[in-house]
Amino acid sequence: MIVAEPDGHETYAPEERQRRVGFFTDTSVCIGCKACEVACKEWNLLPEDGLVWTGHSYDNTRELDANTWRHVAFVEQRVDDGMRWLMSSDVCKHCTHAGCLDVCPTGAIFRTELGTVVIQDDVCNGCGYCVTACPFGVIGKREIDGDGGMHKCTLCYDRTQDGLEPACAKACPTESIQYGPLDDLLERARGRVEELHEAGVDEARLYLADEDDGIGGAGAFFLLLDEPEVYGLPPDPVVPTRDLGEIWSAAFAAGAALVAGVAVAFLGGSR
Amino acid sequence: MSASVSRDYQPSYYGRPIVKEPVWKPEIPTYFFTGGLAGAAATLALGARLAGNDTLARRALWTNAAAITVSPLLLIKDLGRPMRFLNMLRVFKVRSPMSVGTWIVSASGTASGVGAACELFGVLPRVRAAAEAGAGLLGPFLSTYTGALVADSVVPAWHGARRELPFVFAGGSCASAGGVVAALTPAWSAGPARRLAIAGAALELASTKAMEDGLGELVGKPYHEGRAGTYAKAAKAATAAGGLLMATVGRRRAGAIVAGSLLAVGALCERFAVYHAGKQSAADPLATSIPQRSRKADEAFPDPLATSIPQRSRNANSAPTSATPKTSHAT
Repeated sequence: MIVAEPDGHETYAPEERQRRVGFFTDTSVCIGCKACEVACKEWNLLPEDGLVWTGHSYDNTRELDANTWRHVAFVEQRVDDGMRWLMSSDVCKHCTHAGCLDVCPTGAIFRTELGTVVIQDDVCNGCGYCVTACPFGVIGKREIDGDGGMHKCTLCYDRTQDGLEPACAKACPTESIQYGPLDDLLERARGRVEELHEAGVDEARLYLADEDDGIGGAGAFFLLLDEPEVYGLPPDPVVPTRDLGEIWSAAFAAGAALVAGVAVAFLGGSR
Repeated sequence: MSASVSRDYQPSYYGRPIVKEPVWKPEIPTYFFTGGLAGAAATLALGARLAGNDTLARRALWTNAAAITVSPLLLIKDLGRPMRFLNMLRVFKVRSPMSVGTWIVSASGTASGVGAACELFGVLPRVRAAAEAGAGLLGPFLSTYTGALVADSVVPAWHGARRELPFVFAGGSCASAGGVVAALTPAWSAGPARRLAIAGAALELASTKAMEDGLGELVGKPYHEGRAGTYAKAAKAATAAGGLLMATVGRRRAGAIVAGSLLAVGALCERFAVYHAGKQSAADPLATSIPQRSRKADEAFPDPLATSIPQRSRNANSAPTSATPKTSHAT
């Protein structure tokens, strides 16, 4: 459960924070094998959703969507001495302030005891509001077999509940995808960045590891070797509900304007 | 310590969108129109009843009842799993404008139905008065919450217009409700409807301009091109023409019918402009990343090692605003 501190800052209660699990995806060791994509598809029984050739390097998966909960990005870059590959396995961020969870009007999306964000498929009625509320474009609508519901990564809730690691992390051959208690992962990730900086990889940086960012930090964070937008990630994501006060105020003011308009319309009599 | 690898800045990942395009179908902007129309008509009906103008009150009540009857059907039809529409009523969440809106539509629809039934059968005048008052008081929320609903999203053209959108929708609601009711009402009783229509048209045009200007060149681009651009132009033309006609020849029934129809078409087109602008905006990765990148560059960058960031952020800002990716294939 997310609790509000006296200053209005919302975060996890200490005992829940200890239980919070997540992913650390270290893209510096990703080899682009897509074992995570395959393992995820198999474990979660995700339907095939189109076999296409994009021409975008080795990425024929395109994006995270209802039927793709791990997506390996392939970036080809011209550098000083030729070219370099950037490969990165993207996933739902399981945000501390999750826009999808905030706006879900059926209560289908909930936060688990492990601090992850999950859609209850038997409650979701397919309204699609969560799709517009995700700063990362993670959630999609499944149009296959008349499903009509919204789907995304559950951080393998059916495995993690029983103490198993998620399928993608289990399958990753280079430990690019690491699963565990979030605080442990953060500590390990900071160490890894230092290690890389010492080795001369100055561009290594953590993404979504800061609790003060626009989503209150993520349950799935990354070590990147370039700007987030190069990987198709937003550079400074903000949960849309952060501005809810302003949004509701504008709606109330507009409603008041409507009432005033009607009142004034009657001042001139019936004719 | 060695310098960072030097490389070309790639502003997007193969030009692919960062956020998802909304999955809503055209039923949703149509509902924004019918819901807005219903809301403003309910408030107009209440005003007419309080002013003792029963001729106008009845027309406004029928307009409200017709529009609010269509609304839930449109909403349910858009659901991916329409049989589960009642799941909306499991919870009430202030954090979800759609949840709040569901309760507003349900309450106001019930009040309108009771009011219209009492009026139709000429029974229970007190119940009718209470129902009309309920629907009339909920009307302003029904007309404007949809602006809050789309604003509470990551779609750049919607979230960036969060202060203006409810006013755009309030204006369209008044213009369409005033216009339709004026067209249905004998001229000697329709004065308030005509004035509401004219004021609504003015508010719609002014707030639409404020919205488009406020969004700026990059994020506001959808309102000037593609389908959103076409709808936006049509909306402005129809609303301006309808408002002018209502002000000049609205006292004649034929004039009111033409003007009212134009205002309704204008309000409908504006909702479709907003809908398509959202889709076009979400599809453009730079509309998401460039404002975020500029925001980040404004803050003191916390990572002292990332000294090359400010330099490259300026490049990002001056990058062409097309979604064309700059891929640097090594071949």
